[in-house]
Amino acid sequence: MAAIDWGFSINRPRTIDIDNNNLRKSDEILREMPELQCCIGCGACTASCTAGNLTEFNFRKVHTLVRRGEYQGAYEEMNKCMLCGKCRLLCPRGINTRGVVMLIKRKLGDF
Amino acid sequence: MKHVVVIGGGIAGMQSALSLKKRGFDVTVVEKSNRLGGKLLNWHCLFPSFTPATEVTDTLKQRIADSGVEVRLNAEVVEFDRHHVVLADGERIECDAVVLCSGFTLFDARIKEEYGYGIYDNVYTSVDIEAMLNKGRVELKNGGRPRRIAFLHCVGSRDEKVCQRHCSKVCCVTGVKQAIEMKQLFPEADVFNFYMDIRMFGPGYEEMYREAQQKYNIHFVRGRISEAAPTIDGRLQLKAEDTLTGRPLKISVDMLVLLVGMRSNDDNARFAEHSGLQCAPSGFMAPADMFLSNVASGVGGIFYAGAVTAPKSVGEVLNDGAAVAEAVTGYLG
Repeated sequence: MAAIDWGFSINRPRTIDIDNNNLRKSDEILREMPELQCCIGCGACTASCTAGNLTEFNFRKVHTLVRRGEYQGAYEEMNKCMLCGKCRLLCPRGINTRGVVMLIKRKLGDF
Repeated sequence: MKHVVVIGGGIAGMQSALSLKKRGFDVTVVEKSNRLGGKLLNWHCLFPSFTPATEVTDTLKQRIADSGVEVRLNAEVVEFDRHHVVLADGERIECDAVVLCSGFTLFDARIKEEYGYGIYDNVYTSVDIEAMLNKGRVELKNGGRPRRIAFLHCVGSRDEKVCQRHCSKVCCVTGVKQAIEMKQLFPEADVFNFYMDIRMFGPGYEEMYREAQQKYNIHFVRGRISEAAPTIDGRLQLKAEDTLTGRPLKISVDMLVLLVGMRSNDDNARFAEHSGLQCAPSGFMAPADMFLSNVASGVGGIFYAGAVTAPKSVGEVLNDGAAVAEAVTGYLG
């Protein structure tokens, strides 16, 4: 007998669970580019981003999630970057943002 | 010779007394506790240079000892006007001007009950951390080394719920400084700072913040912790929003440090009522003018220096001490 669809479902918790997230990749990324830790969340990168103006892509948000151990979908998101480098011209903390995109893609290709 | 009484023997009072003495006044410092130095005596070292606090307090104390300034310890002031300062034992000290350097009162972290200070083990204030650093022993209640430490900024500052709308100004910098100190003591530990804004207003502060991020790998999460709860294994679980990703976040830590703010001195309202002085809505004493008379009170012969008028850093307090001598000289001629 087919299962009855009651119309209910369970949402996955949205909480970032630092205790249970695997921070190994995140630590590796920060070890290779410690400057990423200097981000102050100003959003200049995202404001200038052509991809971000046309799609949901938000560089600041994706790398912040990666730093918290939330890797799901990060590689696909970073693929939206066209590597134009405008964000790198703007970053007040001098982060090599394009390098961050490449690094995250390299480290998280299998996620 | 004109006689000036300085109320309070902290760094503001000591520097004011020294600057006044240098200008030829007869100066008396009245201090309610049994020693000079005020709250800075409990501090370990100062941002952003990590200078030992004793370098400031000991130097000022030595200068006071050498200067001929009269110091009255264990002398609590009950009321004053420009010509008299009345002590708790009934003694009246005659004078020509008064400099109020009574400083601030520390915010009591127990009021923010949701963070569990005084309820759970291993919840400390920034002041406790300085005391532990002074003793040379920072450890968990069970004597262990913390593996994960969280700092929470703005405890008792910028918070209407506890009637403290103002920014205490120095806690941001202290939080970054102490995070670095924890990382130096426990290099294997992860350190997280939860903040609403990071306000690095002084020279070298922003550089220290950047060093905390890049060199010490301290994590900064923009979001205010909503509550701390004990876990079954005796740690603390914290909830916050990681506002930069728009997602709730939870984390368990071994140690939670609350960066407590400065609130207005408990004595301010009483002094204001008796002496005709004005308090700002924050409760701090309101100077006559924000710019050109910022150490004058608006009542002739009564002056302010230090954190009695607003939260201030050590350097700013010492500048006030020099500025008030200039203002008193202008008044007494």
